[in-house]
Amino acid sequence: MTLDTVKHAGETPDTEQPWAELGLKQDEYERIRSILGRRPTGAELAMYSVMWSEHCSYKSSKVHLRQFGEKAPENDALLVGIGENAGVVDVGQGYAVTFKVESHNHPSYIEPYQGAATGVGGIVRDILAMGARPVAVMDPLRFGAADHPDTKRVLPGVVAGIGGYGNCLGLPNIGGEVVFDACYQGNPLVNALCVGVMKHEDIHLAKASGAGNKVILYGARTGGDGIGGVSVLASETFDDSKPTKRPAVQVGDPFQEKLLIECTLEIFREDLVDGIQDLGGAGLSCATSELASAGSGGMRVELDRVHLRDATLSPEEILMSESQERMCAIVEPGKVDRFLEICEKWDVIATVIGEVTDGERLEIFWHGEQIVDVPPRTVAHEGPVYERPYARPDWQDALQADDANKLARPATAEELREQVLKVISSPNQASKSWITDQYDRFVQGNTVLAQPEDSGMVRIDEDTNLGVAVATDGNGRYAKLDPYAGAQLALAESYRNVAASGARPLAISNCLNFGSPEDPAVMWQFAEATRGLADGCLTLGTPVTGGNVSLYNQTGETAIHPTPVVAVLGVIDDVNRRTPIAFSDEGHLLYLLGDTKEELGGSAWSQVVHDHLGGLPPAVDLDREKLLGEILISASRDGMVDAAHDLSDGGLIQALAESCLRGGKGARVVVPDGIDPFVLLFSESAGRAVVAVPRSEELRFTDMCGARGLPAARIGVVDGEAIDIQGQFSIPLAELREAHEATIPALIA
Amino acid sequence: MTARVGVVTFPGTLDDRDTQRAVRIAGLEPVPLWHRDKDLKQVDAVVLPGGFSYGDYLRAGAISRFSPVMETVIEQARGGMPVLGICNGFQVLTETHLLPGAMLRNNHLHFICRDQKLRVENADTAWTSDYEAGQEISVPLKNIDGRYVADERTLDELEAEGRVAFRYLDGNPNGSLRDIAGITNAAGNVVGLMPHPEHAVEPGVGTGRTDGLGFFTSILKKLVNA
Repeated sequence: MTLDTVKHAGETPDTEQPWAELGLKQDEYERIRSILGRRPTGAELAMYSVMWSEHCSYKSSKVHLRQFGEKAPENDALLVGIGENAGVVDVGQGYAVTFKVESHNHPSYIEPYQGAATGVGGIVRDILAMGARPVAVMDPLRFGAADHPDTKRVLPGVVAGIGGYGNCLGLPNIGGEVVFDACYQGNPLVNALCVGVMKHEDIHLAKASGAGNKVILYGARTGGDGIGGVSVLASETFDDSKPTKRPAVQVGDPFQEKLLIECTLEIFREDLVDGIQDLGGAGLSCATSELASAGSGGMRVELDRVHLRDATLSPEEILMSESQERMCAIVEPGKVDRFLEICEKWDVIATVIGEVTDGERLEIFWHGEQIVDVPPRTVAHEGPVYERPYARPDWQDALQADDANKLARPATAEELREQVLKVISSPNQASKSWITDQYDRFVQGNTVLAQPEDSGMVRIDEDTNLGVAVATDGNGRYAKLDPYAGAQLALAESYRNVAASGARPLAISNCLNFGSPEDPAVMWQFAEATRGLADGCLTLGTPVTGGNVSLYNQTGETAIHPTPVVAVLGVIDDVNRRTPIAFSDEGHLLYLLGDTKEELGGSAWSQVVHDHLGGLPPAVDLDREKLLGEILISASRDGMVDAAHDLSDGGLIQALAESCLRGGKGARVVVPDGIDPFVLLFSESAGRAVVAVPRSEELRFTDMCGARGLPAARIGVVDGEAIDIQGQFSIPLAELREAHEATIPALIA
Repeated sequence: MTARVGVVTFPGTLDDRDTQRAVRIAGLEPVPLWHRDKDLKQVDAVVLPGGFSYGDYLRAGAISRFSPVMETVIEQARGGMPVLGICNGFQVLTETHLLPGAMLRNNHLHFICRDQKLRVENADTAWTSDYEAGQEISVPLKNIDGRYVADERTLDELEAEGRVAFRYLDGNPNGSLRDIAGITNAAGNVVGLMPHPEHAVEPGVGTGRTDGLGFFTSILKKLVNA
């Protein structure tokens, strides 16, 4: 069949085109025609269709995401903000840190191993493209019910994929989350985060400038994997003789990615690139159009120069392929030889596929014939924007009226003990070490804290002991009850986790996982959550540096719980001052910081004991979170606390159990006057932490809390080999450990 | 005056920089060696670090053994140069037959990362003289192909000659025969083990212990104070 060239498209305006099969709406197709003044060629149509997809264009979410910029707090630390591959934050001593969390939800449900593996690969390349050496990863994961048969298919595959890919890259996996809830049954959430470190002067941006500069594609050969919707185009419209179904899920090769990382870092060291972009979603379509759009000129690409894994690929398929482990660099002509030499050293294939022009168009050729001629901004940055209708769902009031504080509570101390064990051993509250032990947390030799600590922490300078900490948190149950508060609670928890480790929170990234934007109820959840997050970031002074939106996480009419996941990045001047969660010394005094109210809505207790979701989530007080954070950071810096653990899902008893098991020491707890033991143990009031204070520091610590107005109640002491809630019950550590650690292996292994 | 310890980087090696750091902390001079390069740059000893060289495609360590650098390493190891293989490096050493046996996939089929207790069985090798025989140490273990196997005769021979250098304690993590975590050649200059001593050399990072430093101080003493 004939090549659909620009000339041919101009001559055949009435050719039927498969825009609907490619996911475009009629008005979007008309808009493409009006931008170009003719019908698009097949290649152009393919490019627009992927770049204007929800995933790439953020067309439903954009109007809400703007708040992250508009309400951004004044912050000197932000070096690169939203819009680049990842945001960059100044952490002092000349270092800059880049981090981002992204979703790979849909592919991971279809093909758990490769979906999760390539999710790691994609986020690592984003970080690499900023000029940074990747130094850590973490994975917030959500699955269906723990005892559902399909969870046994999805979870082990996802975990093996993350481990199989991440372990092979030499990146320590230092944290993350694992949550089970029936709402994720057909829509597991596989989010992946990467942190990278560089010096300020090493920051690189995705832009193509300087006419005559070369465009180099390097890394893996381009194959037919990950073509997705374009397979329709390839198999039905253009050539019937080809295989009809190409895999829509990409296949990863971590060895190739490891070479790409080392090769790229060496190229950065010699200052050989002007602009750089990784190839992820939408492949070459995305890389070429984004580079050209962000630069000062146009770009000309000879597509037939691309190294192929499959020689029968059509130009449309090459443009759409999401083959992994590829990067695109803009290189001055005089530096091309050295660039190619370094690639050869690392056995990485590199090809000059085009150059930057002084024009304004992105022009792509196939064996000399032009198949693309577009203004790049219209592909990459000026896609459609929708103001989707949204409305508070009519069931929201009834849900909030179904008050969890009214649920039946344990009547006796014995019943309270039983419920404690039930909660501690429930899949969501149980130890996740069966999962995290499949990830390498030691590689690179800089890991200071990793799971199950409050945050993951790595040293970034061996001489000064400067370090960074990251925590990711989200609670879909809270967000379902109140998306505005739920997003702020995710932010608050993550912030608290970083501070509890002793690090100062600086900035955030987020992954916003929601249902279909075409459902006004889901869109309302999204609007509320983004508004809550933007307001929260303004109050806490932590700007959003970038992130990712994942919509359409729903099966039929049933959407997942709205699940904004927030990652907070913090800095610590000396990692030796970090605060672990482990109670490791007998005699240290336990202090509960913050106010405990009767707040059981969305709690772990209400889920485990009553299978209930209703009422309101815990109240948010971000000024209190800030104060608590300052106290925890000061206490760490001045050596006033030996251990600290944030309180969140599962409440005080969860935190006590984790800290006791981690340190192998028990705790004797006295219930303060005026509070119900059940509420003390299970309430999930925000803005709280438990700390272990050496007796020698008690006065200094309580004076500090008193002077700054933070409630601090002495609730007990690290002691013995049991958690002993005086006057109530006692649980030996051995029994507690069995309850906490046996659940996940029994369900999944 | 100190000694030079070469650390080989194959494509896919992960722990090369970590091993260089451990060498440096012990007071030795680390020398990066590149897999394509036959020249060992006059080093006094060589460490083959952990990772997934050549992606562990085909079989862990199977391709690396044919790299140019290994030609010289094998030749000099036979001449008595101390060589330590850690994790993937141990796999490479078995592929080269400098050490007997082989590593199979863990019996539970999962990657496992944990702090692992070991007993030093042989404190007379080039890499273990700073320990005492019978000493218990804890260092990180992290692999998916860590199950040491060999035929019965070889195992009996290893035992009889005292060539089992390290044994797993408190639970065999992967089904290794006779709980073997590491072995040495007859001369004691070539040692291989699956756990990672280079990740236990500094307080405050990793496991927080420094139990692995002894490997590097052992070789320092051997090379400098010999």
